[in-house]
Amino acid sequence: MIKFFLMVNKQGQTRLSKYYEHVDINKRTLLETEVIKSCLSRSNEQCSFIEYKDFKLIYRQYAALFIVVGVNDTENEMAIYEFIHNFVEVLDEYFSRVESIDEPPKICSALEPQQACFSPDSSFKGAASTTPIY
Amino acid sequence: MPAVSKGDGMRGLAVFISDIRNCKSKEAEIKRINKELANIRSKFKGDKALDGYSKKKYVCKLLFIFLLGHDIDFGHMEAVNLLSSNKYTEKQIGYLFISVLVNSNSELIRLINNAIKNDLASRNPTFMCLALHCIANVGSREMGEAFAADIPRILVAGDSMDSVKQSAALCLLRLYKASPDLVPMGEWTARVVHLLNDQHMGVVTAAVSLITCLCKKNPDDFKTCISLAVSRLSRIVSSASTDLQDYTYYFVPAPWLSVKLLRLLQCYPPPEDAAVKGRLVECLETVLNKAQEPPKSKKVQHSNAKNAILFETISLIIHYDSEPNLLVRACNQLGQFLQHRETNLRYLALESMCTLASSEFSHEAVKTHIDTVINALKTERDVSVRQRAADLLYAMCDRSNAKQIVSEMLRYLETADYAIREEIVLKVAILAEKYAVDYSWYVDTILNLIRIAGDYVSEEVWYRVLQIVTNRDDVQGYAAKTVFEALQAPACHENMVKVGGYILGEFGNLIAGDPRSSPPVQFSLLHSKFHLCSVATRALLLSTYIKFINLFPETKATIQAVLRAGSQLRNADVELQQRAVEYLTLSSVASTDVLATVLEEMPPFPERESSILAKLKRKKGPGAGSALDDGRRDPSSNDINGGVEPTPSTVSTPSPSADLLGLRAAPPPAAPPASAGAGNLLVDVFDGPAAQPSLGPTPEEAFLSELEPPAPESPMALLADPAPAADPGPEDIGPPIPEADELLNKFVCKNNGVLFENQLLQIGVKSEFRQNLGRMYLFYGNKTSVQFQNFSPTVVHPGDLQTQLAVQTKRVAAQVDGGAQVQQVLNIECLRDFLTPPLLSVRFRYGGAPQAFTLKLPVTINKFFQPTEMAAQDFFQRWKQLSLPQQEAQKIFKANHPMDAEVTKAKLLGFGSALLDNVDPNPENFVGAGIIQTKALQVGCLLRLEPNAQAQMYRLTLRTSKEPVSRHLCELLAQQF
Repeated sequence: MIKFFLMVNKQGQTRLSKYYEHVDINKRTLLETEVIKSCLSRSNEQCSFIEYKDFKLIYRQYAALFIVVGVNDTENEMAIYEFIHNFVEVLDEYFSRVESIDEPPKICSALEPQQACFSPDSSFKGAASTTPIY
Repeated sequence: MPAVSKGDGMRGLAVFISDIRNCKSKEAEIKRINKELANIRSKFKGDKALDGYSKKKYVCKLLFIFLLGHDIDFGHMEAVNLLSSNKYTEKQIGYLFISVLVNSNSELIRLINNAIKNDLASRNPTFMCLALHCIANVGSREMGEAFAADIPRILVAGDSMDSVKQSAALCLLRLYKASPDLVPMGEWTARVVHLLNDQHMGVVTAAVSLITCLCKKNPDDFKTCISLAVSRLSRIVSSASTDLQDYTYYFVPAPWLSVKLLRLLQCYPPPEDAAVKGRLVECLETVLNKAQEPPKSKKVQHSNAKNAILFETISLIIHYDSEPNLLVRACNQLGQFLQHRETNLRYLALESMCTLASSEFSHEAVKTHIDTVINALKTERDVSVRQRAADLLYAMCDRSNAKQIVSEMLRYLETADYAIREEIVLKVAILAEKYAVDYSWYVDTILNLIRIAGDYVSEEVWYRVLQIVTNRDDVQGYAAKTVFEALQAPACHENMVKVGGYILGEFGNLIAGDPRSSPPVQFSLLHSKFHLCSVATRALLLSTYIKFINLFPETKATIQAVLRAGSQLRNADVELQQRAVEYLTLSSVASTDVLATVLEEMPPFPERESSILAKLKRKKGPGAGSALDDGRRDPSSNDINGGVEPTPSTVSTPSPSADLLGLRAAPPPAAPPASAGAGNLLVDVFDGPAAQPSLGPTPEEAFLSELEPPAPESPMALLADPAPAADPGPEDIGPPIPEADELLNKFVCKNNGVLFENQLLQIGVKSEFRQNLGRMYLFYGNKTSVQFQNFSPTVVHPGDLQTQLAVQTKRVAAQVDGGAQVQQVLNIECLRDFLTPPLLSVRFRYGGAPQAFTLKLPVTINKFFQPTEMAAQDFFQRWKQLSLPQQEAQKIFKANHPMDAEVTKAKLLGFGSALLDNVDPNPENFVGAGIIQTKALQVGCLLRLEPNAQAQMYRLTLRTSKEPVSRHLCELLAQQF
């Protein structure tokens, strides 16, 4: 089960976050900082799965953009890993060049706000493992 | 959703955004935003009615400002107005605003709900989807209350469009996760299952997600999904790579849907229907076959998607654990991945294989990969992969490869990452103990552990080595010799000093014959470490010294000098000072006999689950130990090393220190039990009249009786048996045999059966209880052909029990002929609630040898239960009345027996309470009620048992009007499942 979905840039700024389980707003900041820290510190030789507290992080890097998905331990890591890619492909198709989503204004001009917010949820054809509301 | 095209956007919005982006400073940005806010406010307040487009544009700007991190305190009404627009883009922006800035303003919520209701009823699929997305995105309880009942209807309606069904399924899933109680179960559930047959793959995917979640709570309601899921899976797996069009991902047909279907099947046991099962096995084989075929694309996405399905297939095969052929094939497949160049695959293969190792069918196949795994442990660059490799080694370990694995793990430990050292230490310690054939190897391994990673060796580990050395006399000499050698290293870890001090104090005499390890050498070696150690270790060493005085009288003078030194006698630490003073006095006033008694070798420890194992389980959470519960795999291992067999002396003299080294109550590590006991004794001795320089036999007895465990069961016995001739003195009654608790547990839920059996004697029990009275028949059967002499079974009430329970017994004949059976009748009256059962002490002479043992009589408080039937309403009312925290006792525990509803029912009825149907909304749960009848008072009692078949766990909750009763009943009952 997916717990949250994050897009973070290399400076550690959250560009998009979507939680599928309730997390307090102030705890989110802390969580996001720790999550991105543990992803940034990893090299290419390391695997894309991180055990973090009682769940797992699965991440992929696209240029300066990290996409990190937090899942519980019954989730299929490989399916989520590839799902991230599918998601990026869909965004690419939709907005052309997702990697450049970096600063917030860009997100909003490249993706109009409604799309930025809706995209992780509903812009998939149902093929995705996480169909809209997981 | 339409793709973005340039001219379609809102120009004003684009201008505003580019203005913001061109701002040079934060101040400029705020200024620009304030200007815009003022503009929007005036537009909204203006007399001129705004058209939909302008409203949309301004709401959008507000949303953008909000997303930049500024507060928005107006505009909600305009957004709500947009909801009733007929234009998609306007409605969409309205919903977006509502989803992002939810406001609990009651006035607005009513309007919003109204708009959503209209859209849901509109039959326009786009509008319905927007409304459903909004409900799901907000996902609040209020939304659930308003719409949870409508959505199932939309979901199964024949005329709903595919996209609507899909959204409805996911929306329902979201609401169900947020507040399960709001989603009504009903006839729609059966129809939801049939969505698995839908031709639209999006609907199927959404439905699988929903069913997987719902079926966890009510597996039976959704049972029919198994065959539908299998046939859907089989159609996907066997389809050509282009059949599914949009749902084909890099030539893999519907990978995520396949994964979800396989996951759904893992909620259930293997299909019972042979045809369905055959079809499923075929699917699983096809997936395994495809893994061997050359890839249809060189792209990594293709293989990733394929492998995602493969790993989920293997999970299902492991879940079923019934197809040896598939298990072995899965193992071979994973074996290939172990050497794959992709780190991700190696990681996942190690992880999956770990679960394969615990299956009896694939354990051997996993073992063949040992060299690869060891190599991974040595060469992997990623710590998380190494950790997996260590886990797998631990899981695949058995007697045949234990030495190799333990030595590899020890080698790894030297370079292991700090984060995982403690876990590795625990694992090595457990494996070494579990698979030790000769205990000298075990001792070597643990001492190596301390040497390599002393800081990570927790108390549990070194306590355990002491327990084992104490219990096995074949290894004591070796242990003494080894620790002696280890202590000679110039720098040795403090834990080594502790183990060394304890072992030499107990068994130093075994190596004293060798001049290289003569008593003075041993002493000076230990003492050379003394000043480097912490207080706790010094205290332990002082106890070792006093033990030395007993073991080696020749060291007495040296040791007394050490104790007498000002640094000890006037030590700032009160514990050290007290020990020094008391030990010094003990060594000077006590005769050799007394010393020998007080400082006797420790008795063996009673056996129980290894405390290290418990610690590892704690570390890893429940279920982590499962890889170890491999009784079925290697049954002999449990017999030999499941624990050290209790020696006969454990039976007669249970050690007072059981809990000191065991971990139920963690002791100060500094207190090696006997000597600590001796320390306390001294106080008594000096206070008492016997505090004369020469200690007579009377104080010696005092010593001994003080050494008795202060356990609650300790027999401060009062006999109910009125026959004076047969009365043994109370001090003669031994504590219950170690198995007494286990035997007692067998009778919590039943009244008849065999209570005890050994080679000589069988004791059967028949009992009946009514109200607060009971009658019990005990049948003593002589299994030998020789007559038992002086046969006298008596009932003893330990502690306060006498005031709580009255037991009348009749005497039985003092002789029991060979092969004969005698019967004893007990009349029992429960006076008030009680916690400990009475004891049954049986003694007789068999062939001239006296035999004696004590059992716990199967009389527990629940025997006086009177079942009470009540309606659901009454039950909940009473449940609420008993809501004080101390009235409730709850336990969450793992199932020890297969989870069968009928068996559970029988046990609960046997336990004595009434079982109430139709009370708990979840039919899987059990609810019971009853009254405990005692002469003095009645205790009302409600219970609830919630099995979780998925996790193999139970949660048991008891509420009674008396706190100790809740706890006691909870404990009694929890051991039954």
